Amino acid sequence: MSIERMQIVPSSAPRITAEREGGMLHAMLSGSWTADHALAIEDCASKLIGKAKAQRQVVLDLSRVERLDTIGAWVIDRTLHVLRGKGRRTDLVAARPEHRTLLGEIDAHGFHKAPVRNEDGPPELLVEIGEGVAGAGNSLIGGLSFLGESVVAIGRILSWRGHFRAPAFIHQMELIVLRGVPIIVLISFVVGGIIAQQGIFQLRRFDAADLVVDLLGILTLRELGVLLAAIMVAGRSGSSFTAELGAMKMREEIDALRVMGFDPIDVLVIPRLLALIIGLPMLAFLADMASLLGGMLVAWFYQGIFFPAFLDKLQAAIGMHTFLAGLIKAPFMALIIGVIASTEGLAVEGSTEDLGRHVTSSVVKSIFMVIVADGLFAVFFAAIGY
Amino acid sequence: MNDRRSSHWSGRQAEAVIRVRGLEAGFDERLILKGVDLDLFRGEILGLVGASGSGKSVLTRTILGLIPKRAGTIALFGKNTDELSPEERRTLEQRLGVLFQFGALISSITVKENVQLMMREHLDLSEQLLDEVAMLKLDMVGLSPDVADKYPSELSGGMVKRAALARALALDPEVLILDEPTSGLDPVGAGEFDELIVTLRNALGLTVFMVTHDLDSLHTICDRISALGDGRIIATGDMEAMLHIEDPWLRAYFRGKRARAANAPAAE
Repeated sequence: MSIERMQIVPSSAPRITAEREGGMLHAMLSGSWTADHALAIEDCASKLIGKAKAQRQVVLDLSRVERLDTIGAWVIDRTLHVLRGKGRRTDLVAARPEHRTLLGEIDAHGFHKAPVRNEDGPPELLVEIGEGVAGAGNSLIGGLSFLGESVVAIGRILSWRGHFRAPAFIHQMELIVLRGVPIIVLISFVVGGIIAQQGIFQLRRFDAADLVVDLLGILTLRELGVLLAAIMVAGRSGSSFTAELGAMKMREEIDALRVMGFDPIDVLVIPRLLALIIGLPMLAFLADMASLLGGMLVAWFYQGIFFPAFLDKLQAAIGMHTFLAGLIKAPFMALIIGVIASTEGLAVEGSTEDLGRHVTSSVVKSIFMVIVADGLFAVFFAAIGY
Repeated sequence: MNDRRSSHWSGRQAEAVIRVRGLEAGFDERLILKGVDLDLFRGEILGLVGASGSGKSVLTRTILGLIPKRAGTIALFGKNTDELSPEERRTLEQRLGVLFQFGALISSITVKENVQLMMREHLDLSEQLLDEVAMLKLDMVGLSPDVADKYPSELSGGMVKRAALARALALDPEVLILDEPTSGLDPVGAGEFDELIVTLRNALGLTVFMVTHDLDSLHTICDRISALGDGRIIATGDMEAMLHIEDPWLRAYFRGKRARAANAPAAE
């Protein structure tokens, strides 16, 4: 029993000495029957059951048990039940009062074996494939219906029937755009530089290194600027958006808002979605500029194309449509990120593990969908010859 | 019930399993505990009361080492915690079972795994025995076996408390520290929980320290009551003694309308 647990004194190992007397097995238990000797206890108990095979009666003498805790008591109780189940008569003798109380308490809680796990059922792999397919279908439908709800909510605001929450919107603009500027500008600058450098090295082989300006200008403005900005925003803002909504869902804050008469989509989602849709083109523009600047410095450094010459060539290489083809994509990508982040956030249930899973899946899904959308736009622009 | 609770510990020589002297603790500039003296004697159930914000939780958390103390001493099982190495302190703390106010079950694993968590970490048990003992502990706190494989988010408030109690009992602690064990339970559930604590105390020889607001718990199961006010223990004693302390808050608490209702059955 826990009262007597003295951690200072090393406890002696549990032992059973059994003597046969006629048809009776007299087993003397000694040592400490406690959790720290659990394996030895189980060993003792199973040996006792083995020895009791031929005997009709088993007497367990507990007088020399030094310490007993719930685990020891449980094993003794289990042994008694096993022996009785085999038709043996069992007696417990000479237990100390406190040990008797504990054994009584354990016995009162009934003997039940640990439930056996049901191993039959369809193979794991098939189940997982099925669940995966159903999950993908559900999330597609969920995303579409959420998009619908958002459009309705935006419609309400545009028709002045809804209440536009300016402070929340401004706050989100700060978090998504302003705080995102340094990192997005920095990586775009670096990527622009890398493209220019690689472009120069490869194009030199064709003696066309000056074409690096065309390469950089078109690639950056049409694809890379917006893509880099969108991926960074998905990683920075999409994830925090999912985590915020998910944590609010877990703590019933979203239910509370609903009960207080707010539409969670109006209050939580729309400000973020609008901030994303307006903010991402701004960030994409900054990414474009930073990337061009990075490329311009590298072109000067490696190829000696000085800034005025670079800008002249750039002007000749690109048109307004090159620039617009990139920026047009930004609001759509923002919408994708926002919708995925909010559906994932609102799908969080109960556990913290679930929250982590949804944040991960929010980021992975939005980056994947952003790239897919970029591909579709490329096909579309090629088809209409823009 | 009254004779059952007193007989268990009164005859024993009083050994303090937790002894706190001159404890000071607080946050930043604000000192919340200003010299707390408290003894928890082996085998008793001690109730700690005090107004909201009086520092009950801070006291419990300081004893558990979750909040650093500024001054004073805390002795667990007769050993000053300042003189222990972190490892020794952890070993001692394994002899404390803690029930947090909201259960604090780990939400990503099942109830059974929550109960097994400490056993797995600190003991060398066979998988079968782990399962059996976990089921036993769940049964002892009055949970049905089918709860074992549920996740904490699927449980009701009362079940969470019971599951958390089963987890607190996992390593056969000598001392149970309960933070508002009956808050959020209906009166019947709270009464059952009180009964359960007495039963477990008697069966397992536990010592119980409970922070509570529940007058019924204080009446029915606490051997002694300590009242915390203004960062100090302002009174300690049994219910009878509490009724005669002249302190505005204690007066209102123990002799207010709600207290009279709780007093009535005990007065017979």
